[in-house]
Amino acid sequence: MARPASMRRSRRVGEALIERSMLGCALLSVVTTAAILAILVRQTGEFFAEVPISAFLFDTQWTPLFADKHFGIWPLLAGTFLTSAIAIAVALPFGLLAAIYLGEFATPRIRGVLKPTLELLAGVPTIVYGYFALVTLTPVLQKFMPELSGFNALAPGIVMGVMIIPMITSLGEDAISAVPGSVREGAYALGAGKLATVFRVVLPTALSGIAAAVVLAVSRAVGETMIVAIAAGQQPRLTLNPQVPVETMTAYIVQVGMGDTPTGTLEYRTIFVVGATLFAITFAANLLSQRWARRFRER
Amino acid sequence: MQTTVDSDACLSPPYRTMEPAQMSNPGVAAKLSVQELSAWHGEKQVLVRVSLDLPEHEISAVIGPSGCGKSTLIRCLNRMHELVPGATHRGSIQLDGEDIYASGVDPVLIRRRVGMVFQKPNPFPTMSIRDNVLAGLRLTGMRPGDLDAVVESALQQAALWSEVKDRLREPGTSLSGGQQQRLCIARALAVEPEVLLLDEPCSALDPIATTRIEDLLGTLRERYTIVIVTHNMQQAARVSQQTAFLLQGELVEFTETDALFTKPKDKRTEDYVTGKFG
Repeated sequence: MARPASMRRSRRVGEALIERSMLGCALLSVVTTAAILAILVRQTGEFFAEVPISAFLFDTQWTPLFADKHFGIWPLLAGTFLTSAIAIAVALPFGLLAAIYLGEFATPRIRGVLKPTLELLAGVPTIVYGYFALVTLTPVLQKFMPELSGFNALAPGIVMGVMIIPMITSLGEDAISAVPGSVREGAYALGAGKLATVFRVVLPTALSGIAAAVVLAVSRAVGETMIVAIAAGQQPRLTLNPQVPVETMTAYIVQVGMGDTPTGTLEYRTIFVVGATLFAITFAANLLSQRWARRFRER
Repeated sequence: MQTTVDSDACLSPPYRTMEPAQMSNPGVAAKLSVQELSAWHGEKQVLVRVSLDLPEHEISAVIGPSGCGKSTLIRCLNRMHELVPGATHRGSIQLDGEDIYASGVDPVLIRRRVGMVFQKPNPFPTMSIRDNVLAGLRLTGMRPGDLDAVVESALQQAALWSEVKDRLREPGTSLSGGQQQRLCIARALAVEPEVLLLDEPCSALDPIATTRIEDLLGTLRERYTIVIVTHNMQQAARVSQQTAFLLQGELVEFTETDALFTKPKDKRTEDYVTGKFG
């Protein structure tokens, strides 16, 4: 209160400086997102100046690199949807059951070993996963499915599923552990057994947190690039058949980005149109998951 | 009037640690009989050879300073104690003469007969008022015919019916704290237990809500045997017929409530009830 004025002043300047620099750090991600968005919007606008939106939305072929150009987004969307759906179908049951086991059944010691080990899976570079899908999993699957093409949606989908299991498990376990002990005690005190308590009281209470984990995992699968670029083939194809080569939105961006397409051409702009579509999908998924997570925390 | 003359011989204050105190009220049938109960949390002993008989259709209060083992004592009565990792016990507890800790006894069945209400109201957050009341029946796989009757009867008994009868589908968590606690009482009563344990049920409530719960306990006594843990001595004096005073895990005195507060036998009880410590 009664400090000398000079001291107060220098402290205030120091505090302001620190506050500003922290604000700068916080703004960095906002500015980056805004910049990305601006570029996407500009290039997308230029793309639609040449190609009508109806061709983008209603054509069933995606062949911008061929002489006979078609710009229908659906084959790429189908590829992304198919590989992501396979990934979720693999990751959801395993990831959730693992989360329930870790959260409700494992002793602290087992949890202390298992959880970090599982999280190691998330540290494997995706290129390793990609080649694993292409050179190991696909040949194995071909023994059971002779129709399976060398490039296909199935193997990268499964491998992607394995990749996102730790994400669902880790976040799901957080959600389950966040359910207050008093809720479990209430159930036990009524004479409920362990299974009834876990599946009918704890899980419903953790549901919004689990849903948020799953949505994050979905957007991770949708955005995954390397695995599908390597193992799914690069043939945009409007199909839900997991045995044939497909191309996802991300794989298309890699394909064109690494090719010799000159900047400023229509082919070049397709990257940004596909990127904008991808951005819209993952952005929506993340917003959704944040809303669920917030509702979950309010409880 | 019950007397406690028999138990006096066991009380040789103040250094009685190794001598178990068997304190009972001979006139009334014991619903729950605790013998030589010791309990531990890991290495720490929280109850030391506690013995007491809780009479049927009466309210027994358990008082004592924080950390004296009150909660652990009643959590042993419905085998909730063993759910805490590292918790162990020794001694026996009999419910209607049957040892609830005998091998082969399913703790789940004991908890259906001995219900519990906790310190902080804990209605299930995902369930409506109605579903909260029915939770015990559903979670234990019981299928009574008339669910509406069960809901109304339990809420009536908990003195909550008139306040919530038009909003049974709303979430249990939408109620006020006092109402939530009465909902938890209704939830416990819906499975028709014989004994109701209350672990400081009013400590999170305002005085008006507290009074309502205390009034409620008086009427519930006709149908249930009630054990209430409280840190509030006035509350024990208002609601209970007998009171147990615990200190550092030891049962110092268990006798008729009036007697315990007006003419305590043990110096430590006297010091506690007159506010010299605690």
